[in-house]
Amino acid sequence: MPSPAESTDAESPGPANGSDEMITFDNVSKSWGDNKVLQGLNFHVKPAEKVSIIGPSGSGKTTILRILMTLETPDEGVVTVDGDELWNVAAGQRIPRETKQMRLTRRKIGMVFQQFNLFPHLSAIQNVMEAPVQVLGMSKDEAHERAKDLLDMVGLGEHLNHKPPKLSGGQQQRVAIARAMAMRPKVMLFDEVTSALDPELVGDVLDVIRDLATSTDMTMLLVTHEMRFAEEISDRVVMFDSGIAVEQGPPKKIFKQPDNDRTKKFLRAVLEH
Amino acid sequence: MTWDTEYALSILPRLLRGLLVTIEATFAGIAIALVLGLIVAVIRYLRIPIVSHLFTFYVSFVRGTPLLVQAFAAFFILPDYGITMSALLTGILVVGVNYSAYTAEVYRAGIEDVDKGQWEATTALSLPGRPTWTRIILPQAVRKIIPVLGNYWIQMFKDVAILSAITVSELLYTAQTIGSSDYRYLEPLTLVGLLYLAVSYPAAIIVRRLERRLAFSR
Ligand SMILES: Nc1ncnc2c1ncn2[C@@H]1O[C@H](COP(=O)(O)OP(=O)(O)O)[C@@H](O)[C@H]1O
Ligand SMILES: [Mg+2]
Repeated sequence: MPSPAESTDAESPGPANGSDEMITFDNVSKSWGDNKVLQGLNFHVKPAEKVSIIGPSGSGKTTILRILMTLETPDEGVVTVDGDELWNVAAGQRIPRETKQMRLTRRKIGMVFQQFNLFPHLSAIQNVMEAPVQVLGMSKDEAHERAKDLLDMVGLGEHLNHKPPKLSGGQQQRVAIARAMAMRPKVMLFDEVTSALDPELVGDVLDVIRDLATSTDMTMLLVTHEMRFAEEISDRVVMFDSGIAVEQGPPKKIFKQPDNDRTKKFLRAVLEH
Repeated sequence: MTWDTEYALSILPRLLRGLLVTIEATFAGIAIALVLGLIVAVIRYLRIPIVSHLFTFYVSFVRGTPLLVQAFAAFFILPDYGITMSALLTGILVVGVNYSAYTAEVYRAGIEDVDKGQWEATTALSLPGRPTWTRIILPQAVRKIIPVLGNYWIQMFKDVAILSAITVSELLYTAQTIGSSDYRYLEPLTLVGLLYLAVSYPAAIIVRRLERRLAFSR
């Protein structure tokens, strides 16, 4: 059960310790065998900032989000979220076990996956209620009330009791967004959340994310191939290639007048589709 | 030799008593296999050095030797070490231990079959270990496990016949006893076949129904 000091709240975006960064990656490296995916990555995100990460497949975008969600372990480097240390790994150090600090910091982060990863045996509303009840110790009634509001917000008020296999991909992804929101994260991670969807279902999901981007102070990190959407909602776009941020800046600049050759080449390839 | 219905009816009560022993042994064996299998599966899952390897060997050993050999070993060798039990109890233990190895594998496969994304979702939601297991992983694993176990239970029901070799008075042993005292095998063995079928065929249908009901309509 969290003490009040540990509980997070999307309405107060400022980091707890007075630092003015919500997310920091300092000198973070990650390899699989000889495949050096991240090499000394330095990357900071401000509170409430909406950052889109673009770049070719295999460039390490997902790995960045997964390290934040503690689904991957960095080989080296320091990662903080909201002023709290999530990872602090010295080069050559044995892979750290999950620590209490890590568990508490992780609660500030929510993630939406490309493949939704809803719990297939639970109804939409049960999916959304599960974590608030089990993790935050919320009463079932309150969790139900809030879950209902969240599902209304994502346009699924009519489908509370449907199980995921009965929903379309777009509906499932919107339930997944509501489920992540139920933990009131300060940071939300979206990993190509529309890539697995039929084209006609993409719009509804993007509408929900746009609403979140414009109406909340959540810090948002989006990996996306939807360039127009990224341009519309981001404060900053970061172009990754081979685990390096080759170029970053305001969306207008990156999409209209990129400086870097790799950015130009990548955008040309994506926009041709 | 021609079929004698009157004779068949006269031996039916004894055969039904044998069937009852078979069913009892099957249920007792299932209970042992479920519990022991869970212990084996958990210990192997925890990857404790040496101990987990011992249990891996246990599974390979039990699966790699015939049930009949295990039954003989338990029946003839254990008493030499001062362990004496009734034939029925020995038989139940042998069947239970034998199927615990298969059951452990079914548990493991059922859990590994749960999508990796389910674990990742529980991490992303900060769900602690206990609700992760009891509310997310196991309910999904059980849906895959139960039909597989059901088929093993039907197989176990038939395998109990092997215990006739160590004088357990189950269905087949009863028929053999009747046959050797009355010099008639047609009626007892025919009835044995029909009785096995009368139990295993409906059971198989139930398992198939269950399988369909538990599957997700993906
Ligand atoms: N679990 C893993 N094991 C081995 N290699 C991996 C693993 N996860 C990712 N990689 C590799 O790391 C690289 C970056 O992957 P990823 O972060 O998913 O890239 P992106 O999301 O930009 O497409 C790829 O070459 C990928 O093959
Ligand atoms: Mg990716």
